[in-house]
Amino acid sequence: MQSVETDVAIIGAGGAGLRAAIALAETAPKLRIALISKVYPMRSHTCAAEGGAAGVIKPDDSLALHFDDTVHGGDWLSDQDAVDYFIAEAPRELMQLEHWGCPWSREADGSVAVRPFGGMKKQRTWFAADKSGFHILHTLFQTSLRFDSIRRFDEYYATELLVDEGRCVGLTAIEMRSGRMCRFDAGAVIVAGGGAGRMFPFTTNGAIKTGDGMALAYRAGVALKDMEFVQYHPTGLPSTGTLLTEACRGEGGVLLNRNGRRFLQDYGMGPETPLGRPVFKTMELGPRDRVSQAFWQEQKKGRMVPTQWGECMLLDLRHLGEKTIDERLPLVRDMSISYMGVDPVRDPVPVRPVVHYMMGGIHTDIRAATTLAGLFAAGECACVSINGANRLGSNSLTELLVFGRRAALSAMEYLHSGARAPGEAARGALAAAAQARLSELMRRSGGTETVAGLRKEMMHTMEQHAGIYRSGEGLAEACVKLGELRQRYRGIELHDKTNVYNTDLLQALELGSMLDCAEAVVQSALARKESRGAHQRLDYVARDDGRYLKHSLAHWRGADVPRVDYLDVVITRSQPGVRDYSGAHA
Amino acid sequence: MTELCILRYNPETDDEPRFQSYEVPYREDWVVLDALNYIKENLDPTLSYRWSCHMAVCGSCGMMINQEPKLACKAFLRDYQGVIRVEPLRHFPIERDLVTVIDDFMAKLARVRPYLIPKDVKALEAGEYRQTPAELKRFKQYSMCINCMLCYAACPEYGLIPKYIGPAAIALAHRWNQDSRDAGREQRQEALAAKEGVWECSFVGACSEVCPEHVDPAGAIQQVKIRSTVDWYQEHLMPWLKK
Repeated sequence: MQSVETDVAIIGAGGAGLRAAIALAETAPKLRIALISKVYPMRSHTCAAEGGAAGVIKPDDSLALHFDDTVHGGDWLSDQDAVDYFIAEAPRELMQLEHWGCPWSREADGSVAVRPFGGMKKQRTWFAADKSGFHILHTLFQTSLRFDSIRRFDEYYATELLVDEGRCVGLTAIEMRSGRMCRFDAGAVIVAGGGAGRMFPFTTNGAIKTGDGMALAYRAGVALKDMEFVQYHPTGLPSTGTLLTEACRGEGGVLLNRNGRRFLQDYGMGPETPLGRPVFKTMELGPRDRVSQAFWQEQKKGRMVPTQWGECMLLDLRHLGEKTIDERLPLVRDMSISYMGVDPVRDPVPVRPVVHYMMGGIHTDIRAATTLAGLFAAGECACVSINGANRLGSNSLTELLVFGRRAALSAMEYLHSGARAPGEAARGALAAAAQARLSELMRRSGGTETVAGLRKEMMHTMEQHAGIYRSGEGLAEACVKLGELRQRYRGIELHDKTNVYNTDLLQALELGSMLDCAEAVVQSALARKESRGAHQRLDYVARDDGRYLKHSLAHWRGADVPRVDYLDVVITRSQPGVRDYSGAHA
Repeated sequence: MTELCILRYNPETDDEPRFQSYEVPYREDWVVLDALNYIKENLDPTLSYRWSCHMAVCGSCGMMINQEPKLACKAFLRDYQGVIRVEPLRHFPIERDLVTVIDDFMAKLARVRPYLIPKDVKALEAGEYRQTPAELKRFKQYSMCINCMLCYAACPEYGLIPKYIGPAAIALAHRWNQDSRDAGREQRQEALAAKEGVWECSFVGACSEVCPEHVDPAGAIQQVKIRSTVDWYQEHLMPWLKK
């Protein structure tokens, strides 16, 4: 087996992975860095983020306000020390991107422009029209080309973390081009593998978002935290799930029911605000969980617009005018026309809530360190947690940067602590075992299950029972079903047993990741008998701080169901209160 | 139903590429990528292709569709009549099926130094480099390149002279050259003005026609040529102008 020796191995080359790589290369030029990703860096899903990245910059704003918005938005499940660190680092990181050439949109005087976003009390979302994530990703990727010490392994799929005597000492990965397995011996490993939205059938997430990074850490013994919190973005195109950015509403777009009523006012987010003059933190600038829940309620009342893709609400941008739409939301216009045949300049666009983001993920501390020595995690795959029970739009792009860099610094500190490296024999044995597990899957015959079949059943289960509203009964059913699917997964047989760029194999491995993540979602959701943020239980409608002001931790137990336990939330200065998104909050 | 005729090639089992036909349901709102996914899920799990975002921003799914370079996620079935022929992007070696080897582009991109080489290094604490909306507009279009490589597949020069650095890499170099914060033009010139640089382009303009993001690489190449010509005159006819 080919082996690569490196100081730090990074799994995932999206926003968080690239930021980590650059931080390592800049701070310690002699460090050997292996940047490993199942796709080329510029294909990473960071590219699909549209609206922008939050960081306090304007004189009328303050860190304290960004803190409050984030903690309230997260329904008090965010760790407040982590939020403090995050908001304090945010402006510096966004400025750093500016210094690397990110084409941020500008004010007339040449300063960086900011826009309003849901759940935020001030304008603090830096943006590059409506392709902010794309520009952030490409700025980072192109900047990373400056550094010879960043050695890229594009299209390598990581299969396992290698753990020796309680320390993460590397990983194995398949080189897609040859099908050969490669062993990476690393002093430290950073997982930046992104989210897992593809567990659901209707999602904004690209095909690659299959929870691989989460599953790697989970199976290596690190808990997945707060997995029951799955964010629905209110405004997806019903045909494809493609996202229409929240900036549509930040710029003044409104949401209508079939009668033309701005129905959010009937769900605690009123009174109605003047058309085209959005008010912070109310009506269409309410948080994503509340807006998606209002849609669900309104749909129950039969007030949604039927379309061939199901019932929708209407996103009305017409009053913004063609000039503003073209300047600020060009992608939104382009996609609405391409995929829906609706020009938002002329007609309201049908939209519905769509799975968008995992608040939960690999349990890390404020230093981006996991409970496994030598393993760090950042980005959507990680859960620090700053997002709590509901992430505010535009906090996640910033999170990639802040905690990508933090993971790099922590990995360096760990390297300096001089952990003993295991010998060749131990590494060889670990990698051989990983290779054997893969070979077994490749060679297996007489299997009765297919990747596509199991995946469909998983998605259906998740949509049916782990959506915007959940019930104990439904979740219990989902738990049984996920257990069954994981069992049946062991009977899967590949159609394609060749080596070069075998996507049948790749999809089988991705399905394995998703099934583990999905089980963690439904088990954690069943255990949390309260409603908080994005986790809404029809059988436990109230928030229960007495019992559940806690992070859930799902621990992997092989073929058995995961064990779920809890960890206290870090509260420093904001005691749990009422989330007020009525116009009265100001 | 719609018929797709897809180029298949697995280097382990095939001596040479061949075509294979598949029947997929016709849906008004489907793109070719949806049809490929239908095949992968229902008819033939061995078919290999790259894709991710399904919104024309990740740049993964470039391929030849009826001999034209297209993003499969933006090529609607409704815009084609009869059999739709799907092949890997022209001018790139085939890795397998619709998956191409893109090492060449990745290396060329790095050669043009596509990152900010600032005029004067500024501390983060000193705040942003000021850049007016007009200055942003001078390069914004060229920053929209998603590296999908449709332009390389369309470019006849690249087909003839594989060393040619090519449209996307030049457009991206131009993007940084045009950025008011940047002073790296001279360093990029090495790659751009070399024999395999802009002068290979015979201004067919096919790159700009196929670009799904309206980057206009052809325009960028012409501007680089003009600047390079001015450089030459300054160097050779007015040497006293050189710093």
